[in-house]
Amino acid sequence: MTTEVGSETEVKEKAEETATQPDQPEKATEDNQEVANSENATAEGGEEEVEVVVEEEEDKKEKDGKGISRFLPPWLKKQKSQGQVVANETSPTNKVISEATEEEEAPAPAPETNGHIEEVEEKEEVQSEEVKQKEAESTSNASADTQPATEEKVTESTAQSPGEAKSATEDVKEEEQQQQQKKNEVEGKSIEPAATGDGKGTADEGLSSIFQSPLRLVRRNKMKLVVCHVALLDGTDFPCEVEKRAKGQFLFFKVYEHLNLMERDYFGLTYKDSHEQRCWLDPTKDIKRQIRSNNWQFSFNVKFYPPDPSLLTEDITRYLLCLQLREDVASGRLPCSFVTHALLGSYTLQAEHGDYEPDQPQPLDYITKQSFAPNQNKEMEEKILELHKSHRGMNPAQADTQFLENAKKLSMYGVDLHRAKDSEGVDIMLGVCANGLLVYKDKLRINRFAWPKILKISYKRNNYYIKIRPGESEQFESTVGFKLPNHRSAKRLWKVCVENHSFFRLNSPEVPPKARFLTLGSKFRYSGRTQTQTRLASSLIDRPAPNFERTSSKRISRSLDGAPVINITEAGSENGHEPHLELHSDSKDHDKTQEDVLRHQASISQLKRSFMEAPPPSPPQPNQWEKRFSSSPAATLRAQHHPPEQPAASVPTEVSAADNNSFPDTKEPGKTAQVEIEETHVIQEVSKETKPATVTVTVSPSPDAPEGVALQPEVREQEVVVVVEEASDTATRARQESVSSESESDEEAEYQPNLPSPISHTLIPEEKEEEVEEVEREEQGEQEKGVEPAPITKETAPHPIEASQSAQDVERENGAEEEKGETDDSTEDPMMTPDEVPNGHALPEEEAPGMAALAEEEEAKVNGESPMADSEPRPQVICCSEPPVVKTEMVTISDTFAAQKTHITTKEVPIVHTETKTITYEAAQLDNNGEGDPGVLMTAQTITSESLCTTTTTHITKTLKGGLSETRIEKRIVITGDSDIDHDQALAQAIKEAKEQHPDMSVTRVVVHKETELAEEDE
Amino acid sequence: MANVCTYGRFTHAIVRGVPTSFGRGGEDRAEEGAEPAAATVDLAKAQRQFGVLTGALRQKVGLQLIEIPPDPELPDSWRVEDVAVIQGDTALITRPFRLQRRAEAEAVRRVVSELSLTVVEMGAEEGGDSGGATLEGSDVLFTGREFFVGISDHTNYRGAEVLADTFRDFAVSTVPVCGGARLKNICSMGGPDTIVISNSDGAKKTLRMMEQLTDHRYEVLAVPEDAAANCIYVRGANQRDFLLHRPAEECPESMEVGPRNERTLQ
Repeated sequence: MTTEVGSETEVKEKAEETATQPDQPEKATEDNQEVANSENATAEGGEEEVEVVVEEEEDKKEKDGKGISRFLPPWLKKQKSQGQVVANETSPTNKVISEATEEEEAPAPAPETNGHIEEVEEKEEVQSEEVKQKEAESTSNASADTQPATEEKVTESTAQSPGEAKSATEDVKEEEQQQQQKKNEVEGKSIEPAATGDGKGTADEGLSSIFQSPLRLVRRNKMKLVVCHVALLDGTDFPCEVEKRAKGQFLFFKVYEHLNLMERDYFGLTYKDSHEQRCWLDPTKDIKRQIRSNNWQFSFNVKFYPPDPSLLTEDITRYLLCLQLREDVASGRLPCSFVTHALLGSYTLQAEHGDYEPDQPQPLDYITKQSFAPNQNKEMEEKILELHKSHRGMNPAQADTQFLENAKKLSMYGVDLHRAKDSEGVDIMLGVCANGLLVYKDKLRINRFAWPKILKISYKRNNYYIKIRPGESEQFESTVGFKLPNHRSAKRLWKVCVENHSFFRLNSPEVPPKARFLTLGSKFRYSGRTQTQTRLASSLIDRPAPNFERTSSKRISRSLDGAPVINITEAGSENGHEPHLELHSDSKDHDKTQEDVLRHQASISQLKRSFMEAPPPSPPQPNQWEKRFSSSPAATLRAQHHPPEQPAASVPTEVSAADNNSFPDTKEPGKTAQVEIEETHVIQEVSKETKPATVTVTVSPSPDAPEGVALQPEVREQEVVVVVEEASDTATRARQESVSSESESDEEAEYQPNLPSPISHTLIPEEKEEEVEEVEREEQGEQEKGVEPAPITKETAPHPIEASQSAQDVERENGAEEEKGETDDSTEDPMMTPDEVPNGHALPEEEAPGMAALAEEEEAKVNGESPMADSEPRPQVICCSEPPVVKTEMVTISDTFAAQKTHITTKEVPIVHTETKTITYEAAQLDNNGEGDPGVLMTAQTITSESLCTTTTTHITKTLKGGLSETRIEKRIVITGDSDIDHDQALAQAIKEAKEQHPDMSVTRVVVHKETELAEEDE
Repeated sequence: MANVCTYGRFTHAIVRGVPTSFGRGGEDRAEEGAEPAAATVDLAKAQRQFGVLTGALRQKVGLQLIEIPPDPELPDSWRVEDVAVIQGDTALITRPFRLQRRAEAEAVRRVVSELSLTVVEMGAEEGGDSGGATLEGSDVLFTGREFFVGISDHTNYRGAEVLADTFRDFAVSTVPVCGGARLKNICSMGGPDTIVISNSDGAKKTLRMMEQLTDHRYEVLAVPEDAAANCIYVRGANQRDFLLHRPAEECPESMEVGPRNERTLQ
């Protein structure tokens, strides 16, 4: 459909062009100037965006060669030859240039000047009017294969963003204003609010003008706007314009903004793929590439059902969750008993209608209009009413809370079911939930694999495998296989598992697939915040409770329409308008006011800006987004390109940290920055050790650690450790791969949850630890030790943000650094203070470049590790003159990459034998920690990962203080080497790693211990 | 409400007297390993124990006792727990494996109806047998959070499915019954979130499966004798908790393990 439209419009364009040509030469030049000016003027939006576009295109080109053809439907592929012919004339690079030039040149009378793509296309089109179809195909081919620009054009024409349409109309009426229009268009592309405003004025003009608009559109290759329709949980449709090439994040952001939702990470957007399957929109990827159709219909849904909704911060979040659950219950997706149906229904009534009013005429009326259960009947409605009466006096928020308290207990709450067959071909259902993977046969639970039990998740074609950690009595891990209907469903299940595991079990999202383990296939990783992170972040939310309406009127009306089941997704699909149609009618029909549009566009521009530039300090939300992004693979890439971004982001976080510190000063932005610096340090203890026990004991405050400088290495690293190591080796590759791999091979992929993942019970504790760390930092920062972390409570809240940001940054950096060899201090995260940077000396650890990433079991025994020399972040690098000698088993996973499926078993974890004496350097004091955490140690877990000569141990401590929980992670890195160890380097690397691994945590203290049996060398 | 907050709150107890035909039903002879099958059944002792049980339930625990008179035609009718599974306001009338026992349900059905419970009949669908579903209540362990259904000689998957369909609010997991004829023979609830289970190998196997399948954490109280694993935990109205268990003579070794403040029964 698109293609046809495109051809028609283009033809018309040409006609128009010719008609107007005579008049325009002058104008054209003017236009050019204006365009240039406008671009400059709009610097924020326009220029940058332009740049961005170029980059994207370049990327595209790179990928195009390999990947795009894959995406093409078969019929397109067949015609590839045609497309190429068209494309031949213009090389990809030319295109880019041509695009740039096109804008300016377009107005010019002579099409020849434009040359390039446009010409070709136009000519063809003219000739081919009769052969429309053919042409259409060819153009589409061209666009798909080689010409991003053309593609956009076509799509644009079909999509016809309102702004463009408006401009088009203007053209028709007023030629003189064309220039301005062009400006507008340009602006529109950049999504400047002003532009939209202009556009709006003209927007109302007749539809006829729309046809003409394509001309312009074609010329402006860059931003084509598409109207997405998002079905919201209350049953309404939210139309919003999105740049055609926009990533999922754009849409997410707009929807969240529209909903005024801050606790966003539990939600997601779904779309229906070409097989009518619901898929989650990946925020890090282009929307267009995901939906692969012109059906820009989405629905907003809960993606991760919080196990305890009462922990959500805002009522609006709970409200949205309620809406989702009501739908789940009403549709039967969430089965429950009669009584529960009635109870939930009664809370719904209470929330939406308030107290039961006996006088109300025919109270059953509104009940029957509402859908509470799949098999709703009179009896149930009466029961609902009866219960409703008992809720008198309950306000809507309370009713929602009660609703959730009851709903969360349902056994199928938050369970995402997938059809499958077991190894014997028996039909079963696989349920993915917060705790793991459930296996159902009919309605019976016949097996369950908790996340901690799962070593690896993978799929190959339509087979889905999980590798199970051996039980106490078993020796070997086992692999359980399931068959899914097709490879798409297998992949979908796999993705859902990866995301759920990451969200519920990890402290921070896993570093994208740098890991060598995941060799083949999809590099997909969860890119959002984890539950831990989002809880921390939401604890920082400081705004008056937003007003929102709880009316169910929309739902009611819908059900009246005859859609008994309130299924948002269905609703979306039902609409099934074609995109262009929607544009015209819908954009206006939806009582979208100009203001709305303006607002949206403004938000978009804001978003863009935040992407391009350093994050705006003011709005907290964007920052958070950025954090999310940063953690995502895409972000990493971006980060590399634009290092400056990170620092900015980090700033806000720091502030929070400052608060934690309880120092009034720190709260100030300026101060925060300083704070950050301090915080940045990762505690690394590098030492040789004989016994783990030693390590703990030995840790003592080092005199060296100056106030701010000394940070505790605690980072949540449990999972990370392994990953990091791997990452370092493969980091480069991984990135490359990740870029290229975005296309995701559908065939297979693996995911090893355990490696990176922390222990389930520890989740809470980890958070606590963070806080603790902060406290410690504060203490140290100001007074080294003397200050006590009384302010801990404060810390907790602000902390998370900082940590996450910094962590993310760190991650990015780390990846890069690791690759490079950890040397660049300068590259350090923006978050990092200068002090830290200096620290980053090359560490001996790097020596293990090929570090075999070992996946150890969480409980891996800690081989005697000893903390090494304390490194106070920068100032003092403690060099251990004497390198400890350790005999280590080396596990090399180098092949994994290529091999794809190498599984590293826990058993494979290398064992380090320490022969050496331990020299202990005590730089930092563990005492600090003790002081820092008044709380109780709830859990401690140790994960050990070893590289050739490095052993990393992580302890996670939960502390409860007052109502706050703090999570402190202590990471101990033991480096045993036969040769001299560069402690500085090791320290630097460790810090980097820590940051990478625990983006949401901050480093409070770094302690370096050097241990030798000769204690002589203590610092 | 729909969801049980804490396990063990009961309002009524339904019992059925020991008939004079006690021991002729075939159940005991075939299955009860603990009681020497060869030995002649001691009707008098059984009736005596029944008296102790009802007395404890009524007077010590303070439950409202509904006693169904014994029916000599139904020698196993005293196993009243087999024919109904009641949770919340819903009673599932089960379909015992042995045809002879299905008549036992009649009296119980009447009782639960009078209690104005929602009565669900297993076997109401699919031509009257729910696809061949069989289930006996002594294979059902309700923990307050979820159901475990022991797949045994008496209970099959289909029966468990019907149960799952009846109590939709809860997860229903199936576990193999090892080391005993019935799930309740080897384990039972000994308190909120506490499972009392026999220490036998078979029971351990079953326990492992339960642990694998559950999302919750239960305390496990392992007792040396099977007989000791069969008890009833009741949360009294006055915040007093009761654990009804077999007399110490029957499971002497387990007495040391058991909790202190329980009431002895029988």
